[in-house]
Amino acid sequence: MSQPQTMSQKILSSRAGLPSVEPGAIVEAAVDMVLANDVSAPMMIRGFKEAGGERVFDPARVVLVADHFTPNKDVASALIVNEMSEFASSQRLEHRFEGGRSGVAHVLLAEQGLTLPGELIIGGDSRALTYGALGAFATGVGATDLAAALVTGRTWFKVPETIRVQLSGELGPWVGGMDIALALLNTLGPEGAHYQSLEFHGPLVEALSMEARQTISNLMVESGAKAALFPVDQATTDYLAGKAKRSWHSVAPDPEAAYSRTIELDVSGLEPLAARPHLPHDVAPAHSAGYEPVNQVFIGSCAAARLEDLRVAAKVLEGRTVHPRVRLMVIPATPALALAALREGLTETFVAAGGMVGPPSCGPCAGGHLGVLAPGEVAVATANRNYRGRMGHPGSRIYLAGPAVAAASAILGRLASPTEVVS
Amino acid sequence: MISGRAWVFGDHISSDAIVPARYLNQRNPRSWAGVVLADLRPEFAEQLGFGDFIVAGRNFGCGSSREQAPMAIKTAGVGAVIAHSFSRMFYRNAFNLGLPVFACPEAASLVHDGDRLRLDLFSGAIQDLDQESSFQAEAVDPYLAEMVSAGGLIKKVRKQITGH
Repeated sequence: MSQPQTMSQKILSSRAGLPSVEPGAIVEAAVDMVLANDVSAPMMIRGFKEAGGERVFDPARVVLVADHFTPNKDVASALIVNEMSEFASSQRLEHRFEGGRSGVAHVLLAEQGLTLPGELIIGGDSRALTYGALGAFATGVGATDLAAALVTGRTWFKVPETIRVQLSGELGPWVGGMDIALALLNTLGPEGAHYQSLEFHGPLVEALSMEARQTISNLMVESGAKAALFPVDQATTDYLAGKAKRSWHSVAPDPEAAYSRTIELDVSGLEPLAARPHLPHDVAPAHSAGYEPVNQVFIGSCAAARLEDLRVAAKVLEGRTVHPRVRLMVIPATPALALAALREGLTETFVAAGGMVGPPSCGPCAGGHLGVLAPGEVAVATANRNYRGRMGHPGSRIYLAGPAVAAASAILGRLASPTEVVS
Repeated sequence: MISGRAWVFGDHISSDAIVPARYLNQRNPRSWAGVVLADLRPEFAEQLGFGDFIVAGRNFGCGSSREQAPMAIKTAGVGAVIAHSFSRMFYRNAFNLGLPVFACPEAASLVHDGDRLRLDLFSGAIQDLDQESSFQAEAVDPYLAEMVSAGGLIKKVRKQITGH
């Protein structure tokens, strides 16, 4: 009889062809999906050729997304997208996204039904953890790992221990996935989930939208987590109906599975939060996190630019005006979201308030494109990293927060809680 | 055995700080080496001697999975990175590329900037020649050690599929 296993152990053992796997063991496992973006693809393609690769292991299981420097920022970026495009054509890849069909990879792939429960997914981007929201073991790797997986269809994993995260309570007004994620990062600290997997449990889980789950899984890499898995429930099944590009099988942890520890978060009474510069774990209630003048507000990124987030931001901005000092940049994460925002009138609200609405892409999140910061400038972003220099000059400062706080801050020109703007 | 000067950095040095995203659309590894850690210590890339060491605190290489970070450090000529601890993705990427990295909390807290160090790449024994002290880095997993001996992940895969 096999040992009781967590979700992560079950997925890894199934893909490694073993009855069970123990934390700490190194296993070689078959991957279900390999993602590369315009940062990781060039090194991946070079590595694939150097490794002697001729055909990728499965053209339906490799996806290329140009999102970081799109629309092409300069000649160097355009050359990268050309190279990705040529590789996708010559390898007959079934899933490639660029131009008006592209968006932020981690929002796009889930939306396209390309990442499914029970799957083992690697992405050349740390935010690949996002697909854990769907019950996948998904993790970020470097370009060389991608290259090797393209050739062999497999990669190596050190089986992680699993931390059980018990979520309970009821969410108050203006509190969402981003606030839960920041509260968890604050509890875990920068290394609290180092080399470990997180598994979410508790009565709050079924009340969380798929959007909120994706935001939470997305941010957990900041505590060093290797994967962050939500259970597969009715909400997952409903979300995937009509979307899933492959058949999938649910996966659940064994009741007797062993966890390295349990952390608990009761969200009742949780206020809208913000992470202060320069660590995502330095978290305080938004109304008291900082008082400095804000120059830029970014509502976008793979952390929080889904429809639920855009609706919340629009609700705060509706009929109001962005502070004269503030540049507000709103970037719906995918073309489908851009269209939904247009149809629902959200785009009109953003533009009427004095905001810019950008093309689906990573935007200024990584500091490479579309709205970088000058020395001394302060930004509020619904993104996932606020390390020094992340969004531009190393002398700039970034606060991370959910869409309600970001929108309120855009109006008041300082970090603000939505209740300071909306009654 | 390699030797060089210690360049000391703090905790949570992110891959954004090692190679800022604004340089990620460059393709030549030399272009990343030229800006490595420049936002934190502008003189580092310029004054770095071949085989010098980065000595850092906790969670070195945290944040983005970008392999440009260990690639920049390796291309710049750093002999090895010694840190209290490493982020998972940086650690993995370093082995895949063949950049020597050693976890050694004691050395990370006691070595001073500018100290001359000597390191045995096989045993992980570190000597601080200025302080006349020695430290032992944590052991490397045999699977990773074997991959480094094979010349990194790409060479290992190449051998698997082409036989040479």
